[in-house]
Amino acid sequence: MDELVLGGHRFTSRLVVGTGKYKEFPTMKAALEASGAQMVTVAVRRLDLQAKGEASLLHWIPKDMVLLPNTAGCYTADDAVRTCRLARELQLGGENPLVKLEVLSDPKTLLPDVEETLKAARQLVAEGFRVLPYTNDDPVAAKKLEDAGCAAVMPLGAPIGSGLGLRNPYSLQMILDQAKVPVIVDAGVGTASDCALCMELGVSGLLVNTAIAGAKDPVGMARAIKLATEGGRLAYLAGRIPKKLYGSASSPLAGVIGAA
Amino acid sequence: MRATVNGEPLDLPEGLTVAALLQRLGVQGDRVAVERNGEVVKKARHGEQTLAPGDVLEIVTFVGGG
Repeated sequence: MDELVLGGHRFTSRLVVGTGKYKEFPTMKAALEASGAQMVTVAVRRLDLQAKGEASLLHWIPKDMVLLPNTAGCYTADDAVRTCRLARELQLGGENPLVKLEVLSDPKTLLPDVEETLKAARQLVAEGFRVLPYTNDDPVAAKKLEDAGCAAVMPLGAPIGSGLGLRNPYSLQMILDQAKVPVIVDAGVGTASDCALCMELGVSGLLVNTAIAGAKDPVGMARAIKLATEGGRLAYLAGRIPKKLYGSASSPLAGVIGAA
Repeated sequence: MRATVNGEPLDLPEGLTVAALLQRLGVQGDRVAVERNGEVVKKARHGEQTLAPGDVLEIVTFVGGG
């Protein structure tokens, strides 16, 4: 069985999907199901004290899905650590919960602040969290996060929500070559082919939100991304042919009619 | 007594516990997590912890996110 083992969980799906940016919960639920994902990200936010009988997100997430709380919107290590502690309290589940650590540097690019991310990662690992950090496509940063005890590293393909796809496959290759923990591409995926490409390079998984939630048909895109992720993984395992500059005939060269 | 809840200043009676605050706000305690002055207040202690003037509270829940 080809499984993704992550922070004590075993997943047969290599796709992690987000729950943000959906216009309404029923579409989100249908998209989550169509994606085949077994883990979904959620954010931690202040409860709206004015809104009575607020619809609960959790009601619309299939019960068998693992929750991966994120620290999205945090710009300092301290805020990210506090958010993870609140997420642990919200979940009431297990002493070593998974968290997606995301510490941003700038609201325009949404690029990670690697220094603060590393600081938060060390603190969270010390407190028993299983940390999945969103990071730059920088092999040095990825190694430091791995050495800090993170359960995976999650380099971006491109900025969050940009849909630009994998912008630096060579950096990702370096991260893959050195990593001893799962590498998950988090952010930047725009469509199914981006997923196939990442998986073909050998990443362990993908985290996708906007590409599905923002698609014209989110449920259709969830299925497309599921299939591309699976296809890319199978191609990686099967081993692609080397690239060559010149042609190489597929049919026998001998026995062509009319030959001398 | 004045305290800040989710960024808003609120006038609250003296001696209010976290559990009583949640009830007053119409919030189900099992659906939220509470932080008081930067420290998580565990659900089991909502009934024990009494608020003090100037407290800063955060009441959070899960929402959609990526």
